[in-house]
Amino acid sequence: MGGFPILSLMLLVPLVGGLACFFLDAKAARVVALTATLIDLALGIALWANYDIGGAQWQFTERAELFAGFSYALGIDGIALLLIVLSVFLMPICILASWEAIEERVGEYMAAFLFMELLMIGVFAAQDLLLFYIFFEAGLIPMYLIIGIWGGKDRIYASYKFFLYTLLGSVVMLVAMLWMIGEAGTTDIPTLMQYDFPVGAQTWLFLAFFASFAVKMPMWPVHTWLPDAHVQAPTAGSVILAGVLLKMGGYGFIRFSLPMFPEASAQLAWLIFALSMIAVVVTSLIALVQHDMKKLIAYSSVAHMAIVTIGLFAFNVQGLEGAMIVMLSHGLVSGALFLCVGVIYDRLHTREIDRYGGLSINMPKYALFFMLFTMASIGLPGTSSFVGEFLSLAGTYQVSTFVTLVCTTGIILGAAYMLYLYWRVAFGVQKNADAAAMPDLNAREWLMLAPIAAAVLWMGVYPESFLAPMRKDIAALDARVARAKPAFDSALAAARPEQVRKEPANAMPHAEGAGEGEGH
Amino acid sequence: MDLQHSLALIVPEEILSVGGLVLLLAAAWLGDKASRGISVAAVVVIAAAAAFTVPVLCGGNMGADTQAFFGQLRVDAFAAYSKLLIYAAAAAALMIAPRFFDRWNAMRAEYPVLIVFAVLGMSIMVSASDLMALYIGLEMNSLAAYVLAAFLRTDSRSEEAGLKYFVLGALASGILLYGMSLTYGFAGTTSFEGIRAALSGGLSTGALFGLIFVLAGLAFKIAAVPFHMWTPDVYEGAPTPVTTFFATAPKVAAVSLLMRVSLDAFGGHADAWRQVVTFAALASIVVGALGAIGQDNIKRLLAYSSINNVGFILVGLAAATVEGASAMLVYLVIYVAMSIGSFVAVLMLRDAEGNQIESIADLAGLSRTNPAIAWCLLLLMLSLAGIPPLFGFWGKLVVFKAAVDAGMVLLATIAIAASVIGAFYYLKVGKVMFFDEPANKAQGRNDWAHWTLLIASTVFISPLGYLLTGWLGNLADAASAALFLTA
Repeated sequence: MGGFPILSLMLLVPLVGGLACFFLDAKAARVVALTATLIDLALGIALWANYDIGGAQWQFTERAELFAGFSYALGIDGIALLLIVLSVFLMPICILASWEAIEERVGEYMAAFLFMELLMIGVFAAQDLLLFYIFFEAGLIPMYLIIGIWGGKDRIYASYKFFLYTLLGSVVMLVAMLWMIGEAGTTDIPTLMQYDFPVGAQTWLFLAFFASFAVKMPMWPVHTWLPDAHVQAPTAGSVILAGVLLKMGGYGFIRFSLPMFPEASAQLAWLIFALSMIAVVVTSLIALVQHDMKKLIAYSSVAHMAIVTIGLFAFNVQGLEGAMIVMLSHGLVSGALFLCVGVIYDRLHTREIDRYGGLSINMPKYALFFMLFTMASIGLPGTSSFVGEFLSLAGTYQVSTFVTLVCTTGIILGAAYMLYLYWRVAFGVQKNADAAAMPDLNAREWLMLAPIAAAVLWMGVYPESFLAPMRKDIAALDARVARAKPAFDSALAAARPEQVRKEPANAMPHAEGAGEGEGH
Repeated sequence: MDLQHSLALIVPEEILSVGGLVLLLAAAWLGDKASRGISVAAVVVIAAAAAFTVPVLCGGNMGADTQAFFGQLRVDAFAAYSKLLIYAAAAAALMIAPRFFDRWNAMRAEYPVLIVFAVLGMSIMVSASDLMALYIGLEMNSLAAYVLAAFLRTDSRSEEAGLKYFVLGALASGILLYGMSLTYGFAGTTSFEGIRAALSGGLSTGALFGLIFVLAGLAFKIAAVPFHMWTPDVYEGAPTPVTTFFATAPKVAAVSLLMRVSLDAFGGHADAWRQVVTFAALASIVVGALGAIGQDNIKRLLAYSSINNVGFILVGLAAATVEGASAMLVYLVIYVAMSIGSFVAVLMLRDAEGNQIESIADLAGLSRTNPAIAWCLLLLMLSLAGIPPLFGFWGKLVVFKAAVDAGMVLLATIAIAASVIGAFYYLKVGKVMFFDEPANKAQGRNDWAHWTLLIASTVFISPLGYLLTGWLGNLADAASAALFLTA
């Protein structure tokens, strides 16, 4: 693609579309929004196709000195690429999901979604610390409006809680960023990723960033905004929240916490592990007793995100790759599950599990899709979650058997609450006449669910497509954090982490050299 | 240092005083019928004064050449920066007034004249480099302001505002004068340069008292906690165009004056006043945020919001560095734009009979009945809260950056955490306008001047404002360099 500013174009398309939606009536706004998101999807595919695997670490870079104190700098590595592709993949589906469900103030709704898309791409593409922060925080505004205007009964409480919770988490990070800029003298993220901050300061910086990303992630015990926000948000809002916004926390850990503060990350890994273990067990048990479908999926998200965090802080390639795949997979699967809830919510306008039952009789196609995504959420081999969770737990197993043991219960509990949910919704007798009379999927719903199902299976059967672009970046990150790798009390005496590190199963021929270059 | 040189330096002030006097005569002869024409003429006078101020700022003037009248005034880039901001705010206050007062047939020719004289006073304030010039400028501005607060003679709230402002303002002036006399007594001079030299040996207890009293008097003028009590009442009672004026121009003038006094006259003793300023900053942020939560009148809410914002500006002063001063100046520009925008939006809200809507509950569902105003007001509110990508965030960012660079990480952390409390009540306004069912109150028509100002300020605080950061930063740097020349 040479010097073609494809990332800027990807930001521009939703911006123009969003501004146009303000002035259009409902029908035109829907068409404009779908067109804009499809253009961005096409651009995202072009981005992926032209991404040079094994090439330069930062590709498609753009830089313009538009502002004082920071610059408009964009660029992506493999990690950002995949998250951007996930975002642009989910957006047209969100627009389709809102096609009929949203009837009031459609123009403003579509505009909010398009601005959301702009900000999500911006977060993953920003190469400047302050630019990142602006995109990161700005996402609060459209999401606040989406929850508050088009949300459910308790939407106002949920929108306040979402906004203030995440804002409080983030402002402390801003102070840390300002300190880092003063210390390193640059706002350039790639430079900062190589900068060695004093070990004493790292702890504070890590905690400041942790405050923000842990809320965004969300980690136990600061996850309580998520069930409220999910339950109250319209279907498409939940999809974007679960699919992309939560990934910003994980992305933050990968992009900032680990490479910028490796020593502090190692010191505080116990904290992450402890919180993740609690999260997996506690939120899975909470999910087991939910009566509200969306709440159940929201709690399952917290549990899945804990698998991401343990993988990230395992300090090895398997853990990091697993965390990334879990993030991508969870973006697809939980997004799809929210869409599945949305499909029947649109028909019956309730999320009470007990109001449904026996849907596989009158909605067999729907039940098939729902089952696929249920299995994917559990982590059945052949689906994307299996790949991610297996890698993540395998990585963690090299550092702590105990953590792995506790977190693996999440998979068992996950199977319990998901199967229990599926049983109550799709199997059994048709105890409610209105639920039994619901029609099966229409063409629009097929269009929403089928692409995600294909992607889930693709990632489950041939994850190499997704692992390849980020392999080199993960290796670089692993080399960067290797010096701080804590001496874990691994039970694997025969294969201690450093021995495994010498020949990773998937090492690329030149990964070693590149890793050294990054590390010093 | 001859008279001609001095007179050449104060051309803007000369234009303002002569223009103000001519307009006063015109007002006396032509009466209230001509008030619109006089308003236009007043804007022209202010624009002319601004035209003579621009070169001073762009040239980055500083040093001995800028001293007028034997060191009474210093017409440097710093003064020019503040003056231009004051002129812009005053012009806005003139533009929005006629339509507002027409409703009560209360638009009188004194309004533009008083604004011009207030602006003259503020011009002197920001260029003062001597306690005497400082006081003359301050009082000149205040006297005009007291009358303006009570401008709506038939409205008892406006009268109350005028009286309250006068009594408390006189008290503050007394405190300030007392501090000045103590400073004079211990320094033996009233010029800032002289005070700086006299105190360079050390700060005696008496001089410290003088410093504290001067700061207290100025804190009243900028409405910093604990001298903020008058603000909500005066902002609520005064006619909205006057409130717009109060929230912007005099605040800029008083903040600039505070900067000049603390960084120039007492610049050698930053450690002595830093505690005071730090306390005032944090207290203003917290009280401004907490106080606003319970308000149901939008003007009172904006009053607390201005207290809150002053707290953030003072964070930059606590840094006591060139960077901090520059950050304060950048913040002031953004603050003025946000204040003008939000007060104009409030001004534009009228019910079917043409009465002003001030209760927040009456804004319910504004986004459906009057989407343009609602969106502008939402963006302004979020900008005041400092949420990116709106431009208000940039003001907070530069101020916090200055504080962090000056090693005051704790102050920055507490201040920014407290800003989340503030976000709550700004969100409340958004919630009422966007989430609640329409109350169908606001439906008045508005003239082009209101729309122009509202849209201009909204565009300024939109992400487009970031394109100005380089330019704004350079001007602010030049201005604060002039301020710190002696330091």
